[in-house]
Amino acid sequence: MKKITPAKAGIYTVLTLWALTTLYPFIWVILNSFREKGLIRRDSFSIPLPGSGLTLDNYAKAMDRFDFGNAYLNSLIVSVTVTIAVILIAGFAAYGLVRFRFKLRGVCYSLIMAGMMFPVFSTIIPVFRMEAAWGIASSGSRWLSLLAVILPQIAGNLCFAIIVLMGFIESVPLELEESAYIDGCNVFQVYFHIIMPAAKSSFATVAIFSFLWSYNDLFTQNFFLRVPREKTITLLLNEISSQAGVDYGLMAASVVLIVVPVLMVYIFLQKHIIKGLTAGAVKG
Amino acid sequence: MGPTLYRKKGPLIVFLLPAFLFLILFLYYPFLQNIWNSFSHITGLGTPAQGLNQPWYGNYVTLFTDPKLRTALGNTVLLTLCTVVFQVGIALILALLVDSIHVGAQLFRTLYFFPIVISATALGLMFNLIFLFNGGMLNQLLSNLGLISQNIDWKDTDHFLFTMFAPVMWQYVGFYFVILVTGLNNISQDLYEAAALDGCTGFSQVRYVTLPLLRNVLCTCLVLAITGALKVFDLPWVMFGAGMPQDQGWLTGTYMYDQTFNRGNVDYGSTIAILIVVLGVLFSNIANRVFKPRDYI
Repeated sequence: MKKITPAKAGIYTVLTLWALTTLYPFIWVILNSFREKGLIRRDSFSIPLPGSGLTLDNYAKAMDRFDFGNAYLNSLIVSVTVTIAVILIAGFAAYGLVRFRFKLRGVCYSLIMAGMMFPVFSTIIPVFRMEAAWGIASSGSRWLSLLAVILPQIAGNLCFAIIVLMGFIESVPLELEESAYIDGCNVFQVYFHIIMPAAKSSFATVAIFSFLWSYNDLFTQNFFLRVPREKTITLLLNEISSQAGVDYGLMAASVVLIVVPVLMVYIFLQKHIIKGLTAGAVKG
Repeated sequence: MGPTLYRKKGPLIVFLLPAFLFLILFLYYPFLQNIWNSFSHITGLGTPAQGLNQPWYGNYVTLFTDPKLRTALGNTVLLTLCTVVFQVGIALILALLVDSIHVGAQLFRTLYFFPIVISATALGLMFNLIFLFNGGMLNQLLSNLGLISQNIDWKDTDHFLFTMFAPVMWQYVGFYFVILVTGLNNISQDLYEAAALDGCTGFSQVRYVTLPLLRNVLCTCLVLAITGALKVFDLPWVMFGAGMPQDQGWLTGTYMYDQTFNRGNVDYGSTIAILIVVLGVLFSNIANRVFKPRDYI
């Protein structure tokens, strides 16, 4: 047994205090989402028990008043499409940039780095006007409106994805590709059979982040999706916050409903998430 | 020369074309168009430009005279400074502490990083509940502890800066924490042992060994923190909406959105967007100058 020195105890105290600030607010919201409406303002710290304030009414009301199912569906359509498209397109581009030697390679790389600098504010208005001219944005059709969100979101995630993937593809040993080529594979077969499996974990990271950023993004979605049946889960929550008024139980339940799916993804995949993000950030 | 497999350049088109098509259409072209828009007169999102502004640089003159924009800029610069000092500062302290322990380090990482994956909209709503005037978590906590006798209005003109900034900073501490911990893990253990032999331990070890070696990673963190602070939109928008309280709570992001969408001032919105980009480049260049990355070892 090692002795616990005062210094160690101090360190653990500080670390635990910060951990409490990240964890406790969520626990507080979850507890209060199960509490009877009137009780939240008087006594929000106790654990609600059956018979003394425990209720499922907040969830029933949230489900009843707002169309969560439809909003989840919209969010999933947008985020899954964005994720798949980013993986395919960014994977191709990263592979091309890492393995081929060509004249404009440096220019392409700089363009991608520059792309990381543009905030979405500076591109959104022209994109909206362009898509409106194409007849995609504010056309009244649900599928076209969702497409109008998907396209700029793909572009917005590409630069980060390409840079992260380039780092990983670089570390795949060339000999593997050479021998596959000698065995008669063409470049595309090499990509799908050698590169993608070898860089699997980095593709997972990119997929997770594209999904989370797309699912959580408020700015772009708010620009393009204005009709109730087009609303995604983030927009629905934004709407609830302006409509719920003083019904804090309803608000708490809504927060829990949107956070839980993300929480599940995080708990199961947290190793990929943290590893991939730091790889990208430290390199860039 | 590269391996034979990659001599033929034909397939390259297939690999690069989709990505650059997307980037050109949805990133580079809109960015250039946005510069042009800032000189034009546009009153609605879907309507075409009605010629150039009179004078064509009119919006840029407005930038200097608009009192709300001045407020927004002031708040944003303050937010950027707070971000650098507190966000990266707290992250650095936590990273140094976690680096010195063995049991539970992984658990702390998971807990600290966790707020980042939650959408700012959900967090905004959660913080609205926490900062509620009547019965919010903070007011209940403080009055239960006997620290306040009257509820504090966290969103009034005296407190709104804290209420707006604290959640933004809190959310991203974990992000810089994880980057810094990775940087700390890359520092060789031999260096610490050598320093200890020379009688350098504890705080002086941090000062003379750890911090200099962490300089490049810290620099990355600072640039990310600065550009991140300029882009902040979701959390303040959900918590404060359009410039509450009394037009004092604007940030460049929320003000640009409000001008474009709620006031139909599309060309002015474009101008503010350009200001945001210019500030981002400027600030991150300054940070790079001050904390210049150096190649040690």
